[in-house]
Amino acid sequence: MMIAKQKMTGLNGDEASAFATKQVDPDVVAAYPITPQTIIVEKYSEYVADGLVGSEFVAVESEHSALSACVGASAAGARAFTATAANGLALMWEILYVAAGLRQPIVMAVANRCLGGPINIHNDHSDAMGARDAGWVQLFCENNQEVYDTSVEAWRIAEHPDVQLPVMVNFDGFTISHTMENVYILEDADVKKFVGKRVYMKTEGPRGEVEFRLDPETPITIGPLDLQDFYFEHKVQQMEAMKGALKAINSVDKEFEKVTGRKLEFVYPYKMEDAEVAVVGMGSVMGTIREVVDELRAEGVKAGLVKLRLFRPFPVEDLKKAIGNVPALGVMEKAYSIGGPGAPLYEEVKTTLYDSPKRPLIADYINGLGGKDTSPEMIRGVFKSLQKIKEKGTVDEPVSYVGVRE
Amino acid sequence: MSDEKKRGWKTLPKGAVPYKSSKDYKTGDWGVAKPVIDHQKCSKCTLCHFFCPEGAITVRADGYTEVNEEYCKGCGVCANECPVKCIKMEMKK
Repeated sequence: MMIAKQKMTGLNGDEASAFATKQVDPDVVAAYPITPQTIIVEKYSEYVADGLVGSEFVAVESEHSALSACVGASAAGARAFTATAANGLALMWEILYVAAGLRQPIVMAVANRCLGGPINIHNDHSDAMGARDAGWVQLFCENNQEVYDTSVEAWRIAEHPDVQLPVMVNFDGFTISHTMENVYILEDADVKKFVGKRVYMKTEGPRGEVEFRLDPETPITIGPLDLQDFYFEHKVQQMEAMKGALKAINSVDKEFEKVTGRKLEFVYPYKMEDAEVAVVGMGSVMGTIREVVDELRAEGVKAGLVKLRLFRPFPVEDLKKAIGNVPALGVMEKAYSIGGPGAPLYEEVKTTLYDSPKRPLIADYINGLGGKDTSPEMIRGVFKSLQKIKEKGTVDEPVSYVGVRE
Repeated sequence: MSDEKKRGWKTLPKGAVPYKSSKDYKTGDWGVAKPVIDHQKCSKCTLCHFFCPEGAITVRADGYTEVNEEYCKGCGVCANECPVKCIKMEMKK
């Protein structure tokens, strides 16, 4: 297949999300504005007002209602989209589990912002990390192109017959959401062709096999009381679907590459072949780290980087392969778990590597909370700390805070 | 009591869809106790039948009531309401 015609245009992250969603033209968009996601809702309202989409736009009174409306719409057979951030995502918390537990392939954009209080509108990943166990596929974008690509792809992942789970497209508030970059966009027809029509899960009602949607011709109950004799079994189904998502996402990535020429991966190793000190992380700061890795390499330091694009399902095998035999590994994350042994990504990376015969020394570098800048100088500091760990052979300070005044 | 074999996660319908009607879904194994009616003492008033929140107590042709253990959840409302105290709640083994 030939690569589809594309043109380059200037879009900020929110616009990239809104534009991709416009091209998909989902049946229902229910959303409530919250910084730094507001541009998505504003743009989409304009598309609706201008008649550029067929979507039913539901101007709800809260995020709890936004996602509830999406669950209802999706159960009725519609494609449903919403967008949120920070405390808006926190207000959705209850319905996050309902959407995933009822296997509704909703797509949600999250312009990652720290959770108040104290109140703050800037970026970190504490909102998405609070949702990590809810049963959503979670992808983290580094730049606006990834936001566009992931926002198109997300529908195919969500509706894949082996998945049928909601998908959260995460990108950093302001750093991505409000920053304009050049983005290659497909033509509407090619996006429509790529996403196709909504695929329904096959299930079984009292009258035999049916499509999983509310239809008077084939009545089923969605969201029944599910007690001690069935709930656990249904949770295992969800867990298995999430495991199956690894293969499904990979196949969607491959198809996407055929259309766009852009190869999307779960994990992106950078200069890891002979790395002696490396960092693993997610989101927009990965670009800055890559620059620092190049600088350090020019100075003779064998530095490396592993960027994670996929967080749920956690790509265990790909991550192990990408990390390889690096002796000292730093986890740089914009999240925390107050009272925990470390922040979420650190704990998961450590769990992933614990059984490896040559596991690296690992330290957690919490950075950028509440939008604090993670500068190249700070990243150099992290690599310097990792070099010390490597030389000494022990981790004296497993968790530290980058760029925080004492 | 329900002695049917419940399906496992591999064969259960996806999306937690009930694959039976609620009548086919036997809930008798939920309870920890079951009512036992002593027909010697029973006055055939049928109050237990009317009070049962599950509709699990029916009236027989001979006027006595009987408990359908496939649906009885062992709540004990019948034993509590019985005016002649002929219903005993027995712990299930």
